[in-house]
Amino acid sequence: MSATVVRAARRRASRRAGVTIAALSCTLLALFAFSLVWGDRIYPISDVVAVLAGQDVPGASFSVGELRLPRAVLAVLAGASFGIAGVTFQTMLRNPLASPDIIGITHGANVMALFCILVLGLSGLAVSVSAVIAGVGTAFGIYLLAARGGVVGTRLILIGIGIAAMLHSATLYLLVSADQWDLQGAMRWLTGSLNLASWDDVAMLSLAALLLVPIVLVLGRDLGLLRLGDDAAAGLGVAVERSRRLLVVAAVALAAFATAATGPISFVSFMAGPIAVRLVGPRGALIVPAALTGAVLVLSADLVGQFLFEHRYPVGVVTGALGAPFLVYLLIRTQRTGGSL
Amino acid sequence: MIQTAAPPTAGAAVTRRPRWWTAVALAAALGAVALSIAFGSRVVSLPEVWQAIVVGGDDITAAAVRSRVPRTLLALLVGASLAMAGVMLQGVTRNPLADPYILGINSGASLTVVIGIAFVGIHSMQGYIWFALTGAALAAAFVYTVGSLGRGGPTPLKLALAGAITTAALTSLTTAILLPRMEVMNVYRFWVVGGVGRAENHDTLTVMPFIAVGVALCALTASGLNLLGLGDDAAAGLGVPVVRTRLLAATGGVLLCGAATALAGPIGFVGLVVPHLVRLVVGSDHRWLLPVSALTGAALLTLADTVGRVVARPQEIEVGIITALLGAPVFIWVVLTRTGVRA
Repeated sequence: MSATVVRAARRRASRRAGVTIAALSCTLLALFAFSLVWGDRIYPISDVVAVLAGQDVPGASFSVGELRLPRAVLAVLAGASFGIAGVTFQTMLRNPLASPDIIGITHGANVMALFCILVLGLSGLAVSVSAVIAGVGTAFGIYLLAARGGVVGTRLILIGIGIAAMLHSATLYLLVSADQWDLQGAMRWLTGSLNLASWDDVAMLSLAALLLVPIVLVLGRDLGLLRLGDDAAAGLGVAVERSRRLLVVAAVALAAFATAATGPISFVSFMAGPIAVRLVGPRGALIVPAALTGAVLVLSADLVGQFLFEHRYPVGVVTGALGAPFLVYLLIRTQRTGGSL
Repeated sequence: MIQTAAPPTAGAAVTRRPRWWTAVALAAALGAVALSIAFGSRVVSLPEVWQAIVVGGDDITAAAVRSRVPRTLLALLVGASLAMAGVMLQGVTRNPLADPYILGINSGASLTVVIGIAFVGIHSMQGYIWFALTGAALAAAFVYTVGSLGRGGPTPLKLALAGAITTAALTSLTTAILLPRMEVMNVYRFWVVGGVGRAENHDTLTVMPFIAVGVALCALTASGLNLLGLGDDAAAGLGVPVVRTRLLAATGGVLLCGAATALAGPIGFVGLVVPHLVRLVVGSDHRWLLPVSALTGAALLTLADTVGRVVARPQEIEVGIITALLGAPVFIWVVLTRTGVRA
């Protein structure tokens, strides 16, 4: 293969990534606008713009400014955070199934957030920080358990599934024993929901994203190289262990902050990565497309859950129902391309 | 590298002192029964227990003690069924991680029971059981098919992942059915945790025939499963009807865990933990593995239920939560030592 061919391939890949990112951004923007306009009462775009500009519009100021806007912003932030966390783990463990919501990490953050709220009576920053600590702790615990004689992805995933089952039963216990089965709250901690979205949640999660996303983006280059395997990456000058540790902490923290705000929205981190890979192709950078995919997923699933059925369903129920068909698709596709999971 | 697990029954089906271990398991089960009747959220002295059970009496203490009898019977039955179901599933899939909960079979039973309550309007165990069995069978077939796709057949990893994801997806569907129906939700939210606290003897009796058929199928296929452990080709060479044995054994397993789920809700990890522990001491001959596992499972679930009643007095912790907390570490141990995943 000559140098010009390589260069041409690289150019094609980056053009494809650019087109993908532009298309995803447009979709996201359209969904976002739609979610502000549409609802039990439909406001004209002019009213929505007026509310966004800070003017006082009777009716719209409350339902758009205080209900729909924080909900939509939180959907975008949480979706992007879950997407980034998912693609980071999937790339690092070289397994499309190894996202933090399957290997127990969001479960750890979830149990801790629930414990803080129900048992300790905390709220706000304290809950988020505890959730992050628990998420990182869970990840570290799984890593330690799997690390005997070298970390094997398969073993790590299986141990994660076991830990997830244990933590899920702890979630159920907290919900049942605290006698706090008010439906809104319970749904948030069982499948993830945006029904309780508030500006406080938005503030917390956007702060976290501002801090953590740059770290992931900077290390994103290394992430691409880690895909080649540890030895190759080390040969290309990546300090493998350090990059990995930093990335894991950043990704876990993102997932945990998002979990503290919305609950564990099922399968977003699981689905965002593979979809992004499919859109961008095997060569492109994945983090931004995965973040956009996650945001589009959560926002559109929330719209579907709210308006497509007679009853309003929380977003996690909709994304959760997508999980099994998506797994089947993923397996069939892997089989056709001759890969193995 | 992912390898298919070393079959649990690889090589000759060895046994070590099976009669002795059967006696031990039986003693454990009897001990668990004694503890389960003696201890509960109400503190009762031993003479009072004796008084209530043997002599009879109609004060509150006697009533409290006697109310422990049906739940103890139910715990014994459910524990034994789940443990045997675990043995069958592990034998059929030749997969050390097979468990009704891990493979998503419980969540299939949950979904169909909720469908039955919400759309068909069934309210009795005679109705639940059919829905639970249908759901269990469908989920088992789905997870096994999905887990077998791709290279390498049904590896532990693919089966466990397919089970985990199917569970989450089915739980979502269950939730979608429940949310608009508060009255069903109120029944379901306690059932989903997995418990034996609301035991009714006539419900237990309704399900008994199904469990009996399941046990019969287990007994029929036990020696066939031993040979299947050698590999399909070798077993066929030795005259075992491979497909029929596997189908019958799987049906037995699904019957047992579907019936147990209909009775007590989804209880995880008993079907995983017990066969592994028993295999450690008794060996891998299914003809001994099944009865000893049944006794051990009965003892374990009864004990877990007793612990759940005692540790959080005056509240109770549902037995499904206890088994998950105890069982997950064993699952991890199995992953570390048994799945054939090497660095």
